Amino acid sequence: MATTTTDAASHAADAASAPGMPQLDFTNWGNQIFWLLITLVVIYFVLSRIALPRIAAVLAERQGTITNDIAAAEELKAKAVEAEEAYNQALADARVEAQRIIAEAKAEIQAELDDATAKADAEISAKAAESEKAIAEIRAGALESIQEVADATANEVVAALGGKADADAVTKAVADRMKG
Amino acid sequence: MASEAHGAEEGGLVFHPMDQFIIKPLFGGDTIHWYTPTNATLWMALAVVAVVAMMVFGTRRRAVIPSRSQSIGELAYGFIYKMVEDVAGKDAVKFFPYIMTLFMFIVFANFLGLIPMSFTTTSHFAVTVVLALLVFLTVTIVGFVKNGAGFLGLFWVSSAPLALRPILAVIELISYFVRPVSHSIRLAGNVMAGHAVIKVFAGFAAIAVVSPVSVVAITAMYGLEVLVAFIQAYVFTILTCVYLKDALHPSH
Amino acid sequence: MEGQLAHIGAGLAAIGSGAAAIGVGNVAGNYLAGALRNPSAAASQTATLFIGIAFAEALGIFSFLVALLLMFAV
Repeated sequence: MATTTTDAASHAADAASAPGMPQLDFTNWGNQIFWLLITLVVIYFVLSRIALPRIAAVLAERQGTITNDIAAAEELKAKAVEAEEAYNQALADARVEAQRIIAEAKAEIQAELDDATAKADAEISAKAAESEKAIAEIRAGALESIQEVADATANEVVAALGGKADADAVTKAVADRMKG
Repeated sequence: MASEAHGAEEGGLVFHPMDQFIIKPLFGGDTIHWYTPTNATLWMALAVVAVVAMMVFGTRRRAVIPSRSQSIGELAYGFIYKMVEDVAGKDAVKFFPYIMTLFMFIVFANFLGLIPMSFTTTSHFAVTVVLALLVFLTVTIVGFVKNGAGFLGLFWVSSAPLALRPILAVIELISYFVRPVSHSIRLAGNVMAGHAVIKVFAGFAAIAVVSPVSVVAITAMYGLEVLVAFIQAYVFTILTCVYLKDALHPSH
Repeated sequence: MEGQLAHIGAGLAAIGSGAAAIGVGNVAGNYLAGALRNPSAAASQTATLFIGIAFAEALGIFSFLVALLLMFAV
């Protein structure tokens, strides 16, 4: 209310002429309109020449930066996807390669194994044949020995019984028995 | 209270809610010529200073990442720009600086007027009538320049029955010419009424018993007035956009 | 006497401000009811809300103007 106190003096002076509302005192309208128009023109020029183009430029620049950043991010994302694909591809390739190497190694080993088996088989059969031959020889030797022993034994047995043994007949009889 | 000066009132409460709107010469003297700097001139100039401070100095660094003051300027820019674009249409964007000027002046005049002991320029009909008449003239001229006689189609409601159209045309014509009246008095009336009510409550503060109530009431009214100061600037601007839309696209 | 009648007239004209207040309350209340039904559409209609309030208020302003004229100009 301090304004009222200071206003009072001037108000008392023009109270007689002014209506109750200062707004309806048309004597100072010209003054207000004049200064208002100046104010508006100044604000208009400040805004339209300096402030608004500047803010528009800043906003456009920011929009551009954001768009660029988004584009860069998209690019990086695409690169990352690409890299992942390449990695997966490499992984698959490596797996196929590994399979191939394993198969190869298996085949090689199999071949070597087959070779070795065949060689061993051959050796074994050769040795077996040799052994059979030796056994046959030994057996033949043994049969001969047995026949000799049987001959001698038969001759002895005949002689012991008091007969006179015909060596050839005994031998023949022994041989018959042995065959039988 | 200057009861002696107002000899008519004697004793009791003295209310002079309208004294705050008196226009005085700034540098003494009694007569107010059309060029005399007055308190109205001072507060208009301060509004210009405030606009320049916010929109020019606040944005002087043109940073891509805005400082606090710059983002306020950008907020005001985006707010009005979007309003013009949404309400008045894309082709109204060339009127954007003009509408921005109106908004910035009104909003700063209203807020500066809320400073205690200050003078509220927008509480004077002289100011708001000029603002509204400028809008009215702009809209009318733009309407006739862009649409020629077709602008008169605004008053000829083609969707109504033929018999009603002349009556509606008269009503539309009246409402068209009443626009600057309501446009200007809405702003000045709201601002003036709020300030006057605060002053009336301040007058009650002279009684010791009710002064706490009166202080609380002043505080509440002040809060409301802060809201009103912005809303009235917003309403003035958005109505300007609506009128501009009528001028650019007169078909209903 | 005539001045007192003008004051009474001003008071009667001020009733119109109350009528405008009812209108503004209607606009805001219906807006709120609609906004609660369909909150997603509310934000896009704030401009319409303010335009509606402004038009409803315009007629209250005329009564205010009449009151002012009766108080100070007659």
